[in-house]
Amino acid sequence: MLDLTARELSAKILHGEITSVEATEGVFERIERIEPTVGAYISTFKDYALSRAADVDRRVAAGEQVGALAGVPVAVKDNMCMSTGATTCASKILENFRSPYDAHVVERLEAADAVIVGKTNMDEFAMGSSTENSGLKQTVNPWDATRVPGGSSGGSAAAVAARLCFGALGSDTGGSVRQPAGFCGVVGLKPTYGRVSRFGLVAYGSSLDQIGPLTFDVADAALMLNVIAGHDERDSTSVSNEIAAPCDYLEKLDEPLSGLKIAIVPEFNAGADSEVQNAVAAALEVYKGLGAELIEIRMPHFEYAIAAYYVIATAEASSNLARYDGVHYGHRTAAPADYVEVYSKSRAEGFGDEVKRRIMLGTYALSSGYYDAYYLRALKVRNLIRQDFTKAFEKADCIMMPVSPTTAFKVGEKTADPLQMYLADIYTIATNLSGVPGISVPCGQDSSGLPIGLQIMTPAFTEEKLLRIGRMFEKHTDHHTKKPDI
Amino acid sequence: MSELEYKIVVGLEIHVHLATRTKMFCGCELAYGEQANTRVCPVCIGMPGVLPVMNKKAFEYSVLTALALNCNISSFTKWDRKSYYYPDLPKNYQISQYDLPFSEHGHIEIPLEDGRTKRIGIIRAHLEEDAGKNIHTLGNFSAIDLNRAGTPLLEIVTEPDMNSAAEVRTLATQLQRIVRYLGVSEADMQKGHMRFEPNINLHITKDGTLYKTSISEVKNLNSFRAIERSVAYEADRQLDEFLETGATMKMGNKRTYGWDDENQCTVLQREKEEAHGYRYFPEPDLVPVEMNEKWLAEIKSRLCELPLQMQTRFAGEYKLSDYDAGVLTADRSTAEFFDRAVKAGGDAKRLCNIITQTGLKIANVKGCTVAELPITAEALAKLAQMVEAGEISPSASAAIFEDMVNTQKTPDTIVREKNLIQKNDAGEIEAMVDEVIAANPKAVADATSGGKKSKKAIGFLMGQVMQKSRGQASPKVVSAILSKKLG
Repeated sequence: MLDLTARELSAKILHGEITSVEATEGVFERIERIEPTVGAYISTFKDYALSRAADVDRRVAAGEQVGALAGVPVAVKDNMCMSTGATTCASKILENFRSPYDAHVVERLEAADAVIVGKTNMDEFAMGSSTENSGLKQTVNPWDATRVPGGSSGGSAAAVAARLCFGALGSDTGGSVRQPAGFCGVVGLKPTYGRVSRFGLVAYGSSLDQIGPLTFDVADAALMLNVIAGHDERDSTSVSNEIAAPCDYLEKLDEPLSGLKIAIVPEFNAGADSEVQNAVAAALEVYKGLGAELIEIRMPHFEYAIAAYYVIATAEASSNLARYDGVHYGHRTAAPADYVEVYSKSRAEGFGDEVKRRIMLGTYALSSGYYDAYYLRALKVRNLIRQDFTKAFEKADCIMMPVSPTTAFKVGEKTADPLQMYLADIYTIATNLSGVPGISVPCGQDSSGLPIGLQIMTPAFTEEKLLRIGRMFEKHTDHHTKKPDI
Repeated sequence: MSELEYKIVVGLEIHVHLATRTKMFCGCELAYGEQANTRVCPVCIGMPGVLPVMNKKAFEYSVLTALALNCNISSFTKWDRKSYYYPDLPKNYQISQYDLPFSEHGHIEIPLEDGRTKRIGIIRAHLEEDAGKNIHTLGNFSAIDLNRAGTPLLEIVTEPDMNSAAEVRTLATQLQRIVRYLGVSEADMQKGHMRFEPNINLHITKDGTLYKTSISEVKNLNSFRAIERSVAYEADRQLDEFLETGATMKMGNKRTYGWDDENQCTVLQREKEEAHGYRYFPEPDLVPVEMNEKWLAEIKSRLCELPLQMQTRFAGEYKLSDYDAGVLTADRSTAEFFDRAVKAGGDAKRLCNIITQTGLKIANVKGCTVAELPITAEALAKLAQMVEAGEISPSASAAIFEDMVNTQKTPDTIVREKNLIQKNDAGEIEAMVDEVIAANPKAVADATSGGKKSKKAIGFLMGQVMQKSRGQASPKVVSAILSKKLG
């Protein structure tokens, strides 16, 4: 049963071949066995999940209308507010925080009758590329427990890869869905900025954050996107239906695109490890075999993406995280001498090193006298990067490149060197700066058996096309069916 | 002592609470005086994951006010975050507007003592959210009430164009009238709906050289009296300081003061202007607001005649005194009611007397405005016409007004039913005069004595006749007959 995709499971539940309670119990049995090794979850709620599952089963049996994810056990990254359990952002400062409300995506999942089994581990406040910055626990890569699962949605990626759920939500600010999906050999989709409401997603870099699914295959990603996409009046930056209404992403998913033009940037591919290069090259050959044409392009401002990202994201983060001050909720220092100490000590005790580093970076970038040199300049670079994408999409339907320059690295390998860690996102950050959607699709394994991801990007609000392009590959390869031996 | 002249220079920052139903960026209802922290939601208390949504009404109210202040309205405006840590600010940043406010470059006319008006420049007006309140009355700890957090707040900044404490006060009162006329704020000073922060310094000419004293900003004033007195106090204090020390303005030595109402003096809060470390940057959770022609025209159509314009028009067109015109235009509905009654054919001066002497009193008792009384402007015009035509006496008009309010009958019906038609019949009045003269020989003697007592005695006899006629005799006719009889 745990080998089924979400779509297959949902069909079986609807046809009464399997109950949601059986599926949910199956997931929890596996969690009990495997989770101590993997560490994907910060919290699970078995009773809650089973009662939800039983309710779905009752309604299915009664022939009542049920949602698109009826009875499917899924997981949610712990930076999405949920009134069940705690919402920690993997931070000590919110360790005991209970949200009074549900995030938009949580409402959507539950309205679609998904069974949320737990909240997944992550880099604290989504700041990191390995999930090692979690303030609460460690997650390892299900393919090799000595390696990281990627990040910041490492818990979600590991949970899906280790079959501890049938799909999960992550958030992607600079690659935080795609990169761990690549490291863990699952599909990870970052929709266009504005496609999915951020209401209830604890903000890191507000102009970059976007929620996306991590799934077994592209079809499951389309299924989950169907559930979470669409305008929400509570998020002013979510796109209106008049401008770009979402569609049924499953409807034409299996129709291949003919005459597909794929843009590639040769020097990017050349910058990756040779095994990654080879896997991506092989994937491009598959597309060529399907009639696609490869077009070599340049993206001259891409190389400044990381620098611009670490100014914009940290500037926004320094402001977004100002509210965690020990005054209204969250961790408060034990014996403050005055109100200033409530702030300084609560924050010093509650935040981890990487969060502090980014708050300081962002505060500096926004400080009087530095704004023009850093923030304003980063915004200019951001515009140039957007132009790079616009020009690329004038020539091609999509851009393809690796998700990451390497496969999953060793736990502890890069923690001492933040700059090395930041480079893990070199191929993913630009899409967040430009807003366009991107997907990570498994395209092979290295000699140690670690998964390699192919990244595909298409113009803003063309997720339908993006998913179809990914699906074309998936139908002619079996990389996405490979499972870790755990 | 050498020759010295000085000029007071004042600019004003004004914060106005907008009277929208809900808060600036969430759906919580605005309320004053409710139990602490009962008008809050995850958005206005800054919970993790929440996002602001702009209150369109608040934006439109702001644009309307800016239009009334002759400001340019930007076709594109954005929101910015202003960062500072304070317990009453849940997100530790305030959503405000920094470099692209929705309006700039306006002016407001204020009336001067001598009847002329003066133009005060408006630098800008922008919209932001208010903070909550810290409460320090609970002994060992402080508490925070976030009911106010997120209230739409319009900030208006004037040019330093005011040159006396009286002018500052006048601007404040004019602005209060304007926002009330526009219906964008209750502008209740006691409830903190308007808060003022004057920036004050002196331009001193001594021995032909100009000296400028350093600027004082007095924070958070919420009464007109405090505004006027704090400006006057600061001007005196700065002059004394200059004479004593000769200190003048230097870069960045703006000082911040509070107003001690008990001791009627300013109190130094901050010596040097802190380098503004607000770390403004564009609010990524909100989209910029684009104002198109159609929307702007729609808002413009809601503009009304402004109080000072109306006051000037009443004084000029209706020949009312400035004082009367000021009383009538104190609130928009009364002014418009009066205007309608004049246009319905009532004499302006007569209507003014009826409204200011009787109407305001009745309205005050009923706890409403004159316009809200259950009478029409047309009925009031009719009442004025009847007085003007001599059909009823001015003294009877007050009672009729009250009856009109209580019974909703027309004045002519009331007059007919109560038989209040003024008696102009000379024969009938003469008979009453004769009776009064016969009954009061002492008063008649005093009246004809030509001495000091004469005036008083004539008044007494007049009163007696009026009483006899139950107020219905025309005082003009009575007076004529009486003076003829008394020779």
